[in-house]
Amino acid sequence: MGDAISAESATTSGEVRFGGKKTEPGFCREVERLSGQKLSACYQCGECTAGCPVAFAMDLMPNQVTRMALAGMADEVLQSRSIWLCVGCNTCVTRCPRLVDLPRVMDSLRQIATHRGVRCPEPAIRAFHDTFLHGVERGGRLHELALVAALKLKTGRLFQDVPAGVAMMAKGKLAILPETPEGKAEVRRIFEECKRRAGKGDGHAG
Amino acid sequence: MKSANVAPGREMAMQDNRAYAYYPGCSLHATAKEYDLSARAICAALGVELREVPGWNCCGASSAHGRDHLLSTTLAARNLALVEEMGLEEVAVPCAACFNRLAVAGHELREDASLAEEVRGVLERPLQGKAKARALLDVVARDVGTERIRDAVVRPLEGLKVACYYGCLLVRPPRALETDERVEDPQSLDELVRAMGGEPVEWPHKTECCGAGLSLTRTDVVRKLSADILKMARECGADCIVCACPLCMTNLDMRQGEALKAAGERFRIPVLYFTELMALAMGIPDAERWLKMHFVDASAVARRETAAANGMEAEQ
Repeated sequence: MGDAISAESATTSGEVRFGGKKTEPGFCREVERLSGQKLSACYQCGECTAGCPVAFAMDLMPNQVTRMALAGMADEVLQSRSIWLCVGCNTCVTRCPRLVDLPRVMDSLRQIATHRGVRCPEPAIRAFHDTFLHGVERGGRLHELALVAALKLKTGRLFQDVPAGVAMMAKGKLAILPETPEGKAEVRRIFEECKRRAGKGDGHAG
Repeated sequence: MKSANVAPGREMAMQDNRAYAYYPGCSLHATAKEYDLSARAICAALGVELREVPGWNCCGASSAHGRDHLLSTTLAARNLALVEEMGLEEVAVPCAACFNRLAVAGHELREDASLAEEVRGVLERPLQGKAKARALLDVVARDVGTERIRDAVVRPLEGLKVACYYGCLLVRPPRALETDERVEDPQSLDELVRAMGGEPVEWPHKTECCGAGLSLTRTDVVRKLSADILKMARECGADCIVCACPLCMTNLDMRQGEALKAAGERFRIPVLYFTELMALAMGIPDAERWLKMHFVDASAVARRETAAANGMEAEQ
């Protein structure tokens, strides 16, 4: 992977190739606008990768994600597992000498990947987030049991954690029925309004 | 809670108690029920008034921030607006993930006027941005303070070696969370354990990540990370691990068997919420019942059986 990163610059418009691959002018700007982070601030010290607890499972190292996004290598970055595997533990941003909020960058890359319909290499993780948010949108609060059930149907992993689930039930730790908070309708309206604004393309960059 | 534990003379100190809004979050009404029950019980016993935020909604962790920044900030902001409407300034949050979301959103709303304006527009509620999220651990360790906790202990944790596990979201990122914890070596939980007569072990995994929200989807990753934490706690001589997050509890307790099996280990180590450990030390009657909701048997902690004591018995 490291071979793809060379000293070539992608700051000019027009076709720039990186490791023989076409880059996308304007991609860096899109990521910077969505994440509110300055990718060019990164000087590739590698501290993010050194401390990342899930780097061992990633295909692109966190510092590579930053550099490749900066270079406009949209396809490589958006198709990577890494943007979905980031757990948002904030170890990298805490230690970054350049104060780059990499979890925010990862969040933005997920948004772009989803928006562009890029095939997700970690479909279960994507299904988890979709199911989670769908549940909150409908009910105002997360109903853990419904989340697990819906996720099983989506991913086909029907039998994973069944004994643990049964034990939780027996210990009275799984609420059978969802709660119905008084703010339910208001939460649904917040989701709708955010979708409307995101559709208009004026999502906040902050 | 009856105030039978209150020593004479402590009533004076209890008069200066502040009331906090209380945001339990979704997990504390289900999989982390024992965290909710023990948190309410120790706060009542310490004279800390918790008022549950009426009509609170899910804070959006751990999914909304990956979908839409405005959505994730607004979901958190609605809860902060409700706290303001209660006339309170601080909201105590037991779950580390919820605390992180509410605190980071609050910080961003104070720092970024245009974001605050946009959130107000979506929210259609007045939002001054004054309400501050506080980790329940911070409220207990710093506001109540170790002195009052020492007074409330009736069964000290003598000889109990505790691995204080803070995890990620309680301490990171420090700038946005506006806490004074030392980010790579936080102390509040250690101080709390010391105040109760226990012995916090020196160990390097205080703030390592357990894999959090990947628990249901990349369980293999979570097993590895959790096994690393469990093994290190054991290696450093801990009798138990104490945490402050329902996700950490799930990964370290519920998944402990499979994680250690995958790592080729046979031992077990109890994991408790800090509020449960406090309840045990404070002699709160229900404390032992809550421990039955765990997957790894924690009754040895309740009985004050420590590795050191067991070793001595074996020698005799």
